[in-house]
Parts: sequence; structure tokens; C-alpha cells
Amino acid sequence: MINLSDFLVVSAGLFCTGLFIILTKRNAIQVLIGIELMLNAANLNLVAFGRYDKIANGGQMFTLFSITLAAATTAVALAIILNVYKRYKTIDPDKIDSLKD
Amino acid sequence: MTMERVMFYLMSLMALGSGIYIAASKNLVRSVFMFFVTLLAVAGLYVLCMADFVAITQVVIYVGGILVLIIFAFMLSGRETLSALQHPNNKFISINKVPAFLLAVLFFIVMLNVIVKGNVNNIPWTGKSVLAGEMMTAKDTTVNNIGINLMGNYLLPFEVVSILLMMALVGAAHLSRKERGI
Repeated sequence: MINLSDFLVVSAGLFCTGLFIILTKRNAIQVLIGIELMLNAANLNLVAFGRYDKIANGGQMFTLFSITLAAATTAVALAIILNVYKRYKTIDPDKIDSLKD
Repeated sequence: MTMERVMFYLMSLMALGSGIYIAASKNLVRSVFMFFVTLLAVAGLYVLCMADFVAITQVVIYVGGILVLIIFAFMLSGRETLSALQHPNNKFISINKVPAFLLAVLFFIVMLNVIVKGNVNNIPWTGKSVLAGEMMTAKDTTVNNIGINLMGNYLLPFEVVSILLMMALVGAAHLSRKERGI
């Protein structure tokens, strides 16, 4: 049996990798990948704790909900990225610096 | 060392290694495909937590849905996204990445501190659930329980999520429509 702390350490590592990706990448799609990585780290924590809860099964249920939410988020975010590309011809978040005019 | 432990180390090595590769690589296409490996490795970790249904959902939705969407967006946004290839000063540790690197490492240290200080292997309620036999073992089937809970305890979140999915669908279709006039 694998201890709970092992899963938590792996999840902390994934979360910090996602944080690094979000802070350094200069491309909106890669920033989105970083966000998904952080979401996965959080889901791993939920599932690891959910192993101790066989009857109510809260960890796994909320992991399913959060996977669904991640899918919805990604669809909207990609629609926004495509719109931004149409208007600015770039998807570097640093260069998108004007509001609607 | 049991087989389970070997698989755990293999999967976590794959997840963390491909995550670091995504952070280090300059090539967008390669990082998207390494993200594929990360997602599969995380699904393997879910299986080791006795959450087989969640692992299958992860593979179907993330790998089948989200990754395909990301590749679509990457292809539709044209040659511009590859422009990072033309800037050679994109090393892993360059001077403007040092703050982000420090922040990530410090945050990792803080989380490790929480895990060690919180003594997560001896939390009272997990000990109680092990004694009461409520811990999942490899012999349990989780799918039946998930179905019953979805229509019982968690009916309200289920309905809310379904409404939110519909709103996101309408919103995404609205955002990506062709503009008329202006």
C-alpha cells in the first residue's frame, strides 16, 4: 500500500511545475496547459484522500465534477484565444495590452 | 519492493519528468504532446488510488477532448505561435525566469513543510476509516457506488454542473461566431 504522503508530494511537484509554466511561458496555449497541470495536481489530492471514504465517495465524485469543469473552461478559453488571435495576430499575453477601442 | 510501489514510482517519474519537459521545451508542439504523457501518467496514479472510473474519465475527457481542442487551437492560430522558435535566447534558466523559478521552488518547500508538519499519514479520520473497514481495497468495484451517489447525495452538484456545461457550450459558440458588420 502506498502512503498518503507520497501522493501528496507528487501532487505538490505537479502543482509547482504548473505554476512555473504559467509564470514563464509567453504563449496563451502553454499558459492554458499550465493551468490544466495545476488542476490535475488538485484532482490527484482529492482522489488520494477519497481512498479512505468508501461509502460517501466524496473525493472521486468531486474529481469527476472538476474534470467536467476543466473541459468547459478549456472550451471557453480556446474560443477566447482564437478571438484574440483574430484581433491582434498574436497570442502572447504580454503583447495584448489594449481594451476595446 | 512490491509491484505496486514500482508502478507508483514509474508513474510519478513519468508525470513529473514530462511536466518539467513541458516547462523546459521551447517547442509548442512537443510540449502539447508531452502533456499527453503527463495526463496518462496521472491517470495511472488514479488507478493506484483505487479510482479506476476516474482514471478512465480522465483518459476519455482530457486526452480525447481537451488535448484535441488544444491541438485545434494551435493549428487555427497559425504560424505566429511557432515564433518562439525564432528567438534562440530561450534557455531553461535565463535571467528573466529566475523569479518564477524561485517562486515555484519556494512554494514547493512550503507545501512539503505542510505535508511533513501535518503528519498526513496519521490523520485521525483516516485511521478511523481504516479501522471501520471503509478504506477502498483493490477488490471493490467503485462504479456502482459512483452511480448511486451521483443520483443520491450529489444530485444538486450534478444538475448545477450540467447547467454550467450548457452555458459554457453556448458561450463558446457565441465567442467563436463570425462577426457581422463591424
